Amino acid sequence: MKRLIFGFALALLLAAGSAAPARAQDAFTAALPGLAGGFGQIAEAVEKLGTSADPRALPLLQALQEGRLLKREDGTLLIQTDAGTTEALTGRAAEPGDAEAVRVNNRVRGALRGALGSLQILSTNPEERLKAAEDVFRSRSAQNIAPLEAALARETVPAIRTQLELSLAASRLASPDNAVRLQGINALAEVTDQNARALLLETKAQVPELARQIDAAVAKIEGRLKVRQMVETFFQGLSLGSVLLLAALGLAVTFGVMGVINMAHGEMVMLGAYATYMVQEALHGTFLEPAALPLAIPAAFLLAAAVGAVLERGLIRYLYGRPLETLLMTFGVGMILQQAVRLIFGAQNREVTSPAWMQGTLTLGGLSLTANRVWIIVFGLLVLGLVVAAIRYTRFGLEMRAVVQNRRIAATMGIRTGRVDALTFAFGSGIAGMAGVALSQIDNVSPNLGTGYIIDSFMVVVFGGVGSLAGTLVGALTLGVLNKVMEPYAGAVLAKVVVLVGIMLFIQRRPRGMFALKGRAAEA
Amino acid sequence: MTNFTLTRRGAIAGLGAALATPAIPSAFAQGAPIKVGVLHSLSGTMAISETALRDTVLMMVEDQNRKGGLLGRRLQAVVVDPASNWPLFAEKARELLQVAKVDVTFGCWTSVSRKSVLPVFEELKGLLFYPVQYEGEEESPNIFYTGAAPNQQAIPAVDYLLGPDGGNAKRIALLGTDYVYPRTTNRILRNYLLSKGFTADDIMEEYTPFGHSDWQGIVSQVKRFASAGKKTAIVSTINGDANVPFYRELGNQGIKAEDIPCVAFSVGEEELAGIDTKPLVGHLAAWNYFMSVKSQVNDQFLAMWRAYIKNPRRVTNDPMEATYTGFKMWAQAVTAAGSAKVSDVIPKVIGQKVATPSGYIEEMLPNHHLSKPVMIGEIQANGQFNIVFKTPNAVPAENWSPYIPENASRRR
Repeated sequence: MKRLIFGFALALLLAAGSAAPARAQDAFTAALPGLAGGFGQIAEAVEKLGTSADPRALPLLQALQEGRLLKREDGTLLIQTDAGTTEALTGRAAEPGDAEAVRVNNRVRGALRGALGSLQILSTNPEERLKAAEDVFRSRSAQNIAPLEAALARETVPAIRTQLELSLAASRLASPDNAVRLQGINALAEVTDQNARALLLETKAQVPELARQIDAAVAKIEGRLKVRQMVETFFQGLSLGSVLLLAALGLAVTFGVMGVINMAHGEMVMLGAYATYMVQEALHGTFLEPAALPLAIPAAFLLAAAVGAVLERGLIRYLYGRPLETLLMTFGVGMILQQAVRLIFGAQNREVTSPAWMQGTLTLGGLSLTANRVWIIVFGLLVLGLVVAAIRYTRFGLEMRAVVQNRRIAATMGIRTGRVDALTFAFGSGIAGMAGVALSQIDNVSPNLGTGYIIDSFMVVVFGGVGSLAGTLVGALTLGVLNKVMEPYAGAVLAKVVVLVGIMLFIQRRPRGMFALKGRAAEA
Repeated sequence: MTNFTLTRRGAIAGLGAALATPAIPSAFAQGAPIKVGVLHSLSGTMAISETALRDTVLMMVEDQNRKGGLLGRRLQAVVVDPASNWPLFAEKARELLQVAKVDVTFGCWTSVSRKSVLPVFEELKGLLFYPVQYEGEEESPNIFYTGAAPNQQAIPAVDYLLGPDGGNAKRIALLGTDYVYPRTTNRILRNYLLSKGFTADDIMEEYTPFGHSDWQGIVSQVKRFASAGKKTAIVSTINGDANVPFYRELGNQGIKAEDIPCVAFSVGEEELAGIDTKPLVGHLAAWNYFMSVKSQVNDQFLAMWRAYIKNPRRVTNDPMEATYTGFKMWAQAVTAAGSAKVSDVIPKVIGQKVATPSGYIEEMLPNHHLSKPVMIGEIQANGQFNIVFKTPNAVPAENWSPYIPENASRRR
């Protein structure tokens, strides 16, 4: 049976091919002048060319898409290539002179995608075929049914097959025959895709007699979409949570472990972001340019840690045990740092470019997740691991815990407590600097970058439980997910308000947060 | 340039300096300088947009001084930084009017900052030129509005989206920053869309705080909204640097302009200079001027700007053009009045005509607003706009929108 369909489709294709020349000549020549007209005329001409099956249509449309199609004052169209300029109609060589590029708008661009899709569907390059299969979805013309069936019969790559089936179903919806339409509807019902839903609802408006079948198909799609949306919302929550986690981790060390209320914490994050910018600029044009972002991580850590160490040794250590003064002083330091950065780099935002592997979406089992967010979740967990490891397994971590638990006894054991204080504060600041690297990818690198995160950071640390890293992790992720789950219902502004009120009530009941420390450390 | 003072010695020294450099007319020696206040945020979330406006005013002041100043007096710019802090705008305005005693002020971008300085300018009888498109619903004797009113930007842009070239949109998502301009504009647009036969279900409205950076949720919400089988478009009144992560998210989530076009009212060439525009090709902006306009005045404007800023890569945008126009109108009004006093200048500003870089002649109307052409441009890969629509004539401003029911009694 399959072979029969294949044979039939092939025969059809051959028939179309042999019948083409006489007819296509006219179609090409007839459509061409439209390209010199207004946007509406261009779009129509493009659609006609897309179905013309003329070999000259593809280079012409590609030229239009890439801005290489020129128009003389008298309406003559020229195609510009590396080899030279030729007249579109005759193929004769021509001088470009003062001919201007034919401009396209969204309408034309949409038509172009569809047309190029139908022309390239049988390309030998699998990447081109996949793109063509996606694009032909847009043209939604019944004329594409036969070529798509033929292409599907020949296709072996599974990803392209899936896309072809989707596009074929979409083309079937455009058929005048309700039986063919129904075929398309049934095929689309099996897809989990918002575009399929959109297309079905669009058809429903045009073909009211199929409303019942379409509703059933849409209901099927929606059921699966709902599950996917929940997963997506959860992912977005995790992503926001990981940003909060990164911003709060440094504070979990300086505030959570040492008890210093550091209002300049946000500025450490900001310094990290500027360090990323500096590394990017320094490596610009060198062979290390693609590695600028990973290299910025240690740079940001060192810069923020150095500033943190100077801050602790120079100012904070004189104010231990006086939280109010520490708060005011670090607040002032934060303003000084902001202004300093403003003087050095200017008040304008700096652009940190994202490397190619952080752009676009990653497709994971039908889910599409934005790449930069995935990387930031990974990075957040890595940094958390680093902090836990440093505190648990290094000598510095041991000394740090000892000083926090009992400063005097630690000192009698020969630990230089002052040095440990400085190192701990520098460590916390350095972590904040690393958070800045991640934030430079999703937020604006400006002197006020940090102010937006300081409140959130304190919120996470207090909510999770002061002094508890596990609390910081759970706190950050909980707040992130809560925020994102609420956003569609309450809006971005109100969602934040609701979360804040929730935290206030929670802290009323449990002043020590989710993971309250017990024992002597809690009183220290 | 030497620092002129009122003392006789200063005047003589000034005269000497003026004679020594023939480019500067000697008439400068007479009278105190005319003071031009500049009230734009140079830091904070709006600095991305407003810094260029300060530079534009300074450029215009320098240009005017090169031409001999006004009324034989030199112009002197007084720059303050209200730091994107709305209450600080009022304080700085007071400082300009009472301490520096400026004769005219060019300033503000966001409507909230304008609302904050309005009572100050009215109380102290100042004169403010406001260069940005806004929501209308305002008219002050002390303010001239050189940006667009809703009927010169928002409504034509939506008309374009609803038309065949814009894709015959049947659903509109209104996204904005949470303050007075987006809220009022969207209220006007909602009423307009309802009058065009839209149902409430086909309009989505969403607001975010200034500097919002996490757009994933809202962008996926828009995607869902767009999958109802009707052509969907976004109308963005997002202001300031929140636009950068917004457009980045649109690009990352693969929203193409052919599928869901986004037309922005506060994104111009200057804002795009900070982002990679390749994923944004085809998204739209509605303004009354684009840098890519072909006109003689625009060529001069571009040359002047590049010479002043000493950077051939710097761009111009609509509010800069509006600042240029406002400055020219003020200068013409001062010349016509023969005085820089606010009370003398204000009546003379009305009716002034200026050939602007937009290629049209714009006129100050009695309602303190301009007649302006409307243009719609698509973002290109190089960060410039491809103008896909423009009105044949300048459109007079309607600052009291007919789509706000309360204005019925106000209509004239």
